[in-house]
Amino acid sequence: MAGENPATTTEYIQHHLTNLVYGNHPENGWSFAHGAQEASEMGFMAIHVDSMAWSIGLGILFCWLFRTAAKRATTGVPTGLLNFVELIVEFIDGAVKDSFHGRNKMVAPLALTIFVWIFLMNFMDLLPVDLIPELLLLTGVSYQKIVPSTDPNITLGMALGVFVLMLFYSIKIKGTGFISELTMHPFNHWGFIPINLFMETVGLLAKPFSLGLRLFGNMYAGEMIFILIATTFAAGAGAGLIGGGLHAQLFGEETNALFWLVIFILVCSVCGLNLKGKISTGKTVLLCIVFMAIGGGLTALGGGLMQWGWAVFHILVITLQAFIFMVLTVVYLSMAHEEH
Amino acid sequence: MNINLTLFGQMVTFAFFVWFCMKFVWPIIIEAMEERQKKIADGLDAADRALRDLELAQNKATDQMKEAKQEAAGIIDQANKRANQIIDEAKVQAVAEGDRLKAAAEADIEQEINRAKEELRAKVAGLALAGAEKVLEASIDEKSNRALVDKLAAQL
Repeated sequence: MAGENPATTTEYIQHHLTNLVYGNHPENGWSFAHGAQEASEMGFMAIHVDSMAWSIGLGILFCWLFRTAAKRATTGVPTGLLNFVELIVEFIDGAVKDSFHGRNKMVAPLALTIFVWIFLMNFMDLLPVDLIPELLLLTGVSYQKIVPSTDPNITLGMALGVFVLMLFYSIKIKGTGFISELTMHPFNHWGFIPINLFMETVGLLAKPFSLGLRLFGNMYAGEMIFILIATTFAAGAGAGLIGGGLHAQLFGEETNALFWLVIFILVCSVCGLNLKGKISTGKTVLLCIVFMAIGGGLTALGGGLMQWGWAVFHILVITLQAFIFMVLTVVYLSMAHEEH
Repeated sequence: MNINLTLFGQMVTFAFFVWFCMKFVWPIIIEAMEERQKKIADGLDAADRALRDLELAQNKATDQMKEAKQEAAGIIDQANKRANQIIDEAKVQAVAEGDRLKAAAEADIEQEINRAKEELRAKVAGLALAGAEKVLEASIDEKSNRALVDKLAAQL
């Protein structure tokens, strides 16, 4: 059923957890994988197109946003975007100064990139789980995971990048001291060198792996819960942040996404009008509820509320995970700079 | 969960974005922020200084005001003293003038009285002369003499 709309709950979940893979299949050659089976047959010579595209796209968004702010940077009164960017920059600067005591011009920008980029990647989790995959399905793209940080390749890729930096600076700053650190700790005797080496190597390797897998695990679990709520309350599709789930029984599968997009836009525009002061808050809530009720019935509304609740909680998780990744990176690099 | 080329793709992307941030974003923003920080600190310093200057100026103004007040009080005192003096002098003058006028008036009155007395005396003499004439004319008639003298006396 590759490329088709999933029928059962299991298929639905599996569909949601499958990347869009382009790789070298032993039989088909270089092509897009049709389903998880083919994707795993491709082995290492494959690339997750969706993860890479979203990750690069969000990275570019980060660069563009901050570059725009940097161009506008003045010593006068900061406004709008610059204010926001400076808030983040100052926050990162403080965090880096707190935990990094060496002298390295690279650590602070690195921390900023990590924090904002991972936050943006995590933020994709808050978009309704079905919104973009369903829309892309209409254009013929069969698989789509829009949260890059639920892909271990992405998180481990960043962790490995950090690992390379750790090794580089350890060797650059400490030189042979790094080797003695690996061999003469924790037992300072030549007879213990093999044991020390083993323990220190495990400790060293554990850092990037824990870094990458922690982020991956948290985001994967969060995404999973969004998917589970969507399957429980409105099998077929769901809208996370604002609306309820899709109601597959009421409409044909193909119309679902468009239908929900309309509801989503209606709710968004009502909220927007409220924010502009055109209609009262009471009316806004009423209209939103009416739209959602029309959209999916009470079941779907329940699903929508749960999606919404989890999304609110998840805002904490995504920020925290981005922050943890950043702080640990800084700490690891700080350790690489310190002589023992 | 396939580990594949995406891993390296992400590593390369990561390196690129970190480089971009390091070169085109971070230094510019941090520099601007630090400069602004300095500017604000300078501004606050200047404000502090201005405040201190203001305090000094106020103190000075208060001092000057006090001095001026003292001076004014001195001047008023002097003026009051002078006024009292003038009033006293005026009083003395007034009393002297009054005495002088009184004396003149008294002298006038005296003169007037004397003149009246002179006139009266002249008139009495005339009358006495007239009376005597009449007495001499009717000396026979005691009775009429008597009446004439009475008449004279009544005229006095």
